[in-house]
Amino acid sequence: MNTVSIINTGVANIASIQSAFAKLGYESSFVGSTQEVTEAKAVVLPGVGAFEAGMSALNLLGISEPLRERILAGKPTLAVCLGMQLLCESSEESPGIDGLGVVKGSIKRFSPGIRTPHFGWNTVSGSEYFGSGYAYFANSFRLGDDPGDGWETATCEHGEPFIAAIRRGSVVGCQFHPEISGDFGFSILKKWLEGVAW
Amino acid sequence: MVTKRIIPCLDCKDGRVVKGIKFQGLTDAGSPAELAARYQIEGADELVLLDVGASIESRNIQLQTVRDVRAELSIPLTVGGGVRQVQDIEILLQSGADKVSMNTAAVFNPDLVKLSSRAFGAQCTVVAVDTKRHGDQWIVLTRSGTEEQALDTVEWVKQVEQLGAGEILLTSFDRDGTQEGYDLELLAAVSQAIQIPVIASGGAKVTTDLFDAFNAGADAVLAASMFHYQTHSIGQVKRELRELGIEVRL
Repeated sequence: MNTVSIINTGVANIASIQSAFAKLGYESSFVGSTQEVTEAKAVVLPGVGAFEAGMSALNLLGISEPLRERILAGKPTLAVCLGMQLLCESSEESPGIDGLGVVKGSIKRFSPGIRTPHFGWNTVSGSEYFGSGYAYFANSFRLGDDPGDGWETATCEHGEPFIAAIRRGSVVGCQFHPEISGDFGFSILKKWLEGVAW
Repeated sequence: MVTKRIIPCLDCKDGRVVKGIKFQGLTDAGSPAELAARYQIEGADELVLLDVGASIESRNIQLQTVRDVRAELSIPLTVGGGVRQVQDIEILLQSGADKVSMNTAAVFNPDLVKLSSRAFGAQCTVVAVDTKRHGDQWIVLTRSGTEEQALDTVEWVKQVEQLGAGEILLTSFDRDGTQEGYDLELLAAVSQAIQIPVIASGGAKVTTDLFDAFNAGADAVLAASMFHYQTHSIGQVKRELRELGIEVRL
């Protein structure tokens, strides 16, 4: 059975992520070393919590640079929620902390007056790869601008438009949680898994 | 636009779903995993699983229930009941929860809310508030509604928002299981006092009760009795809500 490698930051809803892959017929294991991050066929960067804590966890494991290189090389990688934000250059949530910087742009808070956290099911659209449907979100910060550089984007709206998901080749980032987004979320996981050269 | 959520609630004791009235007289309402699977197919937006048993044995059974329910679900799962410390939250996340709800422990140790929010994020930190009308205000109840606290509900929700809670699960003790409709004044008072989403709980009987709760300021509604006994299907309720002009996921 093919195995998905999940970077274990210790604070995510890991059982839900594992359960989603199991339902799709894939095993999963936890990884945290440079060698594993470099050599794994398919890597998931989950993420909940704050930007600074997320980057600290990666830096502590010493895998920020290998992860960066992996993504730049286009190896199959799926970044979820905070994980997608960590791909960017920085975040208003943690000023002065560098992200992985593989996606141009800075993560910003939703504009004043918009109810946050943005919690619940919202529509994702505007991309051929992701298709359109309802996805489950839980975020107070968002990527506002199209990052360019060949990233295909899907968008969502919560008081203002923002980037719901990005994709370049086999590297996919979702601001929403595909692992708990019902049929729509599972269709994205499946598509990403099918793009891996197992 | 973010849709309004319909959340069935599974109160569990010793591995079975139970339901009472005003937290008393619990009767069996089915298997958690079977009900969870049915609700997901019907279109539930999330599921809440609360352990209402107080014993250590009940806690261990609860972890197995969480695993069994997770295996059925591809939607978010909130788990609560007996959460006392950060480690309890970690164990629940490792068992299949996406969010963890805390109630009595948060009242006696508000730092738990802060610690949870820092470690796991606000999106994982749900504070459940059981409350009861007291003159022209509401007070907080603890230990499954058996103790009254000298704590004003509106002040308490403001405090937990500051501490980093991501969501409030607001249960009206007066309405729980009565099917008399949600306490709309309570909902309006709480949702106007805070920015974070409020889940209304206690008293739902018909679709218009849910409609009224959304109009009073709820972002999501919790219901148990209404769905357990198959008098209403979630899909049917959602279609009726959409006809009434409420945005729901269909």
